[in-house]
Amino acid sequence: MDLTLSTRREGDRTVVVVGGEIDVYTAPKLREQLVELETAGQHHLIIDLEQVEFLDSTGLGVLVGGLKRVRVHDGSLRLVCTQERILKVFRITGLTKVFPIHDSVAEAASAQD
Amino acid sequence: MATVELRVPAAPAHVRTARLVAVAAARRAGLPEDLLDELRLGVGEACARAVALHLAHAPDVPVAMSVTDDAGSLTVAVDDVGPPPSFGAREADLVGTTMLHGEPADPRVPLAFLAGLVDDMTVLPGPHGTTVRLRWKLPSRSAPAAWSQL
Repeated sequence: MDLTLSTRREGDRTVVVVGGEIDVYTAPKLREQLVELETAGQHHLIIDLEQVEFLDSTGLGVLVGGLKRVRVHDGSLRLVCTQERILKVFRITGLTKVFPIHDSVAEAASAQD
Repeated sequence: MATVELRVPAAPAHVRTARLVAVAAARRAGLPEDLLDELRLGVGEACARAVALHLAHAPDVPVAMSVTDDAGSLTVAVDDVGPPPSFGAREADLVGTTMLHGEPADPRVPLAFLAGLVDDMTVLPGPHGTTVRLRWKLPSRSAPAAWSQL
């Protein structure tokens, strides 16, 4: 399996744990998951990227799409990532200024908007 | 000069195939480990862009990639059959803004991203469309320092 997804609740937030590679082929699966959560009324999301091995611009686009959708409902989308190879992708594209990026799910869960 | 050539069907599932082959060839050519991630990402973006162009213009035509180890450089070339690129957002740090305020799947994004990721990135007229060329310097293959101690 190239991409793994699991979700759980942490207080009033939903954590999505992503594993494997997020690329042009697998990104639609992540998008589908985020859309499903939005449809179910989950607008405060934490996306855990600590087990992600690869992230390309298609994956970034899916995350940005997710952010735009939750913002419509005054929601939030935070990321958990400490891997330099993944952080670099956000830095090159200027998206570190757009997404709150945390070192752990606990830190993200206690952050206030 | 050693060249590895690959043709993959124009399908998103095969972008990973191209990444894996490129990394294997680059490792064999001696590209340092700390540059392999950059190569993996760069090849992925170039091939994903080519696949999208082929699906739009020539879905039955495979995407061609070559990895060449020549005179101290490693060159990856991805040929596509698309029209010449429109150079909109060339600056990588505008990619985020483009995605946020425009369309996340804006077709200018892959090249802008590549420009910020890989120092030596060129887009040239290709055999049937364009060629995206990415290049890295390879370390010189002199004898290891330890041997000179003997």
